[in-house]
Amino acid sequence: MAVSMDHTEHAGHPDMSNVRKVAMWAFLGSECLFFGTLISTFLLYHNTTGDGPTAKEIFSVPFTSVSSFVLLMSSLTMVLAHHAAGRKDWRRMRVWLLATAGLGLVFLSGQAYEFTSFVHEGLTVTTSPFGSAFFVLTGFHGGHVAIGVIMLLATTLMSFTGRLRDGEGMNVELVGLYWHFVDIVWIVIFTVVYLLQV
Amino acid sequence: MGQAIDRPHPTPRDYVLIAVILFAITAAEVGVTYVDALDSARAPLLLTMSAAKFVIVVGWYMHLRFDRPVYRNLFLIGLILTPILFGAVLLSFGLLIGN
Amino acid sequence: MTTPTHHNPHKGVWSWLTTTDHKRIGLLYGVSALVFFLIGGSEALLIRLQLAAPDGTILSADAYNQMFTMHATTMVFLVIMPAAAAFTNYFLPILIGARDVAFPRLNALSYWIYIFGGLFLTISFFVGGAPDGGWFGYAPLSTQVTEIVRMDYWALGVQILGLASLLSAINFITTIFTMRAPGMTMMRMPVFAWMALVVAFLLLFSLPMIAVGLFEVFLDRNLGTLFFNAAAGGTPLLWQHLFWLFGHPEVYILILPAMGIVSEVLPVFSRKPLFGRSFVIFSGIAIGFMGFGVWAHHMFVAGLGPVAEATFALTTMFIAVPTGVKIFNWIGTIWGGSLRMKTPMLFSLGFIAMFVIGGLSGVTHSIVPADTQQTDTYYIVAHIHYVLFGGAVFGLFSGIYYWWPKVTGKLLSEGLGKLHFWVMFVGFNLAFAPMHILGLEGMPRRTYRYPKGLGFEFWNFISTVGAMTIAVSILVFLINAWRTRTHGEIAGNDPWDGRTLEWTISSPPPEHNFDVVPVVHSEDDFWHRKYTEDADGNAVAIPGGGAPLVAGPDDPPIHLPSPSFYPLLAAFGMFLVVLGLVYVPVGLILAGIGVVTVVWGFFGWSMEPLTREAH
Repeated sequence: MAVSMDHTEHAGHPDMSNVRKVAMWAFLGSECLFFGTLISTFLLYHNTTGDGPTAKEIFSVPFTSVSSFVLLMSSLTMVLAHHAAGRKDWRRMRVWLLATAGLGLVFLSGQAYEFTSFVHEGLTVTTSPFGSAFFVLTGFHGGHVAIGVIMLLATTLMSFTGRLRDGEGMNVELVGLYWHFVDIVWIVIFTVVYLLQV
Repeated sequence: MGQAIDRPHPTPRDYVLIAVILFAITAAEVGVTYVDALDSARAPLLLTMSAAKFVIVVGWYMHLRFDRPVYRNLFLIGLILTPILFGAVLLSFGLLIGN
Repeated sequence: MTTPTHHNPHKGVWSWLTTTDHKRIGLLYGVSALVFFLIGGSEALLIRLQLAAPDGTILSADAYNQMFTMHATTMVFLVIMPAAAAFTNYFLPILIGARDVAFPRLNALSYWIYIFGGLFLTISFFVGGAPDGGWFGYAPLSTQVTEIVRMDYWALGVQILGLASLLSAINFITTIFTMRAPGMTMMRMPVFAWMALVVAFLLLFSLPMIAVGLFEVFLDRNLGTLFFNAAAGGTPLLWQHLFWLFGHPEVYILILPAMGIVSEVLPVFSRKPLFGRSFVIFSGIAIGFMGFGVWAHHMFVAGLGPVAEATFALTTMFIAVPTGVKIFNWIGTIWGGSLRMKTPMLFSLGFIAMFVIGGLSGVTHSIVPADTQQTDTYYIVAHIHYVLFGGAVFGLFSGIYYWWPKVTGKLLSEGLGKLHFWVMFVGFNLAFAPMHILGLEGMPRRTYRYPKGLGFEFWNFISTVGAMTIAVSILVFLINAWRTRTHGEIAGNDPWDGRTLEWTISSPPPEHNFDVVPVVHSEDDFWHRKYTEDADGNAVAIPGGGAPLVAGPDDPPIHLPSPSFYPLLAAFGMFLVVLGLVYVPVGLILAGIGVVTVVWGFFGWSMEPLTREAH
């Protein structure tokens, strides 16, 4: 198992940044299966629309493309925040963190709008297995984005207390990894759930 | 092998360039859905482009190309296991083969 | 340099509620698992009393459904998994030469979520009945929307227990990858640590699938989604897939820690290194990977079609291979060894014998036509008890007797220990061997009574006698454990002439585990410090080789995790959330309070200092 041949740290004083990143990547590996399960449930039911609207009838590709673009760009601002943090440029880091959180909120508003319009067009979680699977999948993704926004804001606030500088607490890199992961899940959802179904 | 791989780390310029590439691929993806002539090749085209975006974000924005191999391996196990397991589940439901 | 100077965190209830010491958390897991073992055991006894004679009247059909559901749920999620977590928590850091796990507060959070999850499942008995849809919660039975909230308790309870296990899995993986002592390469790690690693990976990748499944069950019940609603086009078969995609790796999650314990015990009591050590490790890894590829053999009667059935029949036969490799390695370890038949050794040998029987009956399930006959009969009940009781529980008891002196500083009585083993061994076989026959005769499981004249009477009666005998053996164990408080022989650092790092330190270990971070030079490092070989290959003691390492003035200061109240608070918040969710919509208020509590917990958590110095 190639994973395991990692360098041995001094047991008394392991490199905490490495420790946390191992944990974060393990968690993200686990999240692959979480979203894999949700996406597979959706694929199983993508044609099971009963009397309700179908994907073709209801999805708006232009609107979702703009949302996807917003989330994609939030990955750029996130990586710039991480870069600024690496150079201890705290002011710029905060700007990029807030920009990322802002783009995340725009994405969430788009999702709220999309959900509302779908409900008006007659698709709810109880309409068909398609509706259940769609809302639960994208809802869990949205929940992950919301948690990400909270973590971004918390990180920004904590940067004023000096804790980030000591390398304690949540650090920008970990939040960044989580945020990018949420973005790549959306890359898959956008293609598999939206573009392939219309 | 535990230490970070010694490749030059990307600069903000590179990050912006990557964002432009990501945008271009997304635009191409959306474009493909509007071209009827490409209907038969649509699924493979879209999946390839989506995978490319995925790899770019993971490799550069998440630094996996430049970091310790242990991170990549942890992530890869989950990433590879997912399509294998659910490929089998969906196959057993008769999906992915016609239908 | 041994005692912390800032304040005394060693005394009182508060010190246990806020502890972040992996050893104390391990003890908490162990004691809690034992309490739930008694609860789950009582449920089993009620089931056996009901079935002792035809037309039993002790339990109603409704109560019986609750009993078998809660017996299985309790034993799997609240006994065997946490008992394994107890050993992993206590000994994993010590075995790899670390001072604690990677994330001590996260570790405490896992424990508190587990205990609240257990409490949550158990209080359901007092508020309208416990879950009654089986531990597998098959849809659509589990998703029927009624006024009865029993399966909500099940879906949410298992959900948060899963969260607790997921967090520990991440913690243990990180600990093994980053906290090993200098020289402790992966291949020098004790086999128990290896099995803990494989288990952590199994949890990491299987729990998210059941988590989604449980959410879908909960939403079908409470929000009207249609995931498993066949009338609307959903398919209950999806639930079976999601459950067993988790459920089969779960089987190995339950058995691998016991295999790890046995792999530690056999070499010590045979005074030989583990035979084919790397084969044992790699077959453990192979079991881990292959464990993900056999889930559909639980679903042969669901009508998956010949291709899927043939595929999973083959993978199921193949997974017997790495398991068989381990059995032969264990036998090879004993072969030619100078055996000491102490209680831990007896339980390990019992483990091997019983697990072989359970493993063989398991292979018979891979034959699809035979499995179709066996499904839902007592033959399956016999099989799972041979692997999970004869296997996992015997292995865990072996670990208890083996490590008890290290944890408490006192030895358990050998006489009572051997009595415990033999009574349990006989009782176990009386209780479960007859179930093979009952199953092949066609007695269905999960049926609360059977009529006279079907030929089930005799073996059912024997089985109940066996269950009572097991109960007696547990009583012997409890007496033995209680007795050590006053009568226990002082163990010393190394009562068994052990091979691994835990025996280099005092019993019980100091809070910081090691005065000096050990430097490891070989596998079974402590053995090689104590013994060398003469020309004929016989072990020769090195004078003073077993002496503990003493810290010098130049050794770096020891950092220990600070106690924290916030893991308990956050876990309590989660308890309020799930309790509220059972009673939607009114309960949403309680769930809201729970969310606030969780946020409060995490906020306080992220604001408090991390470590204190121990000297």
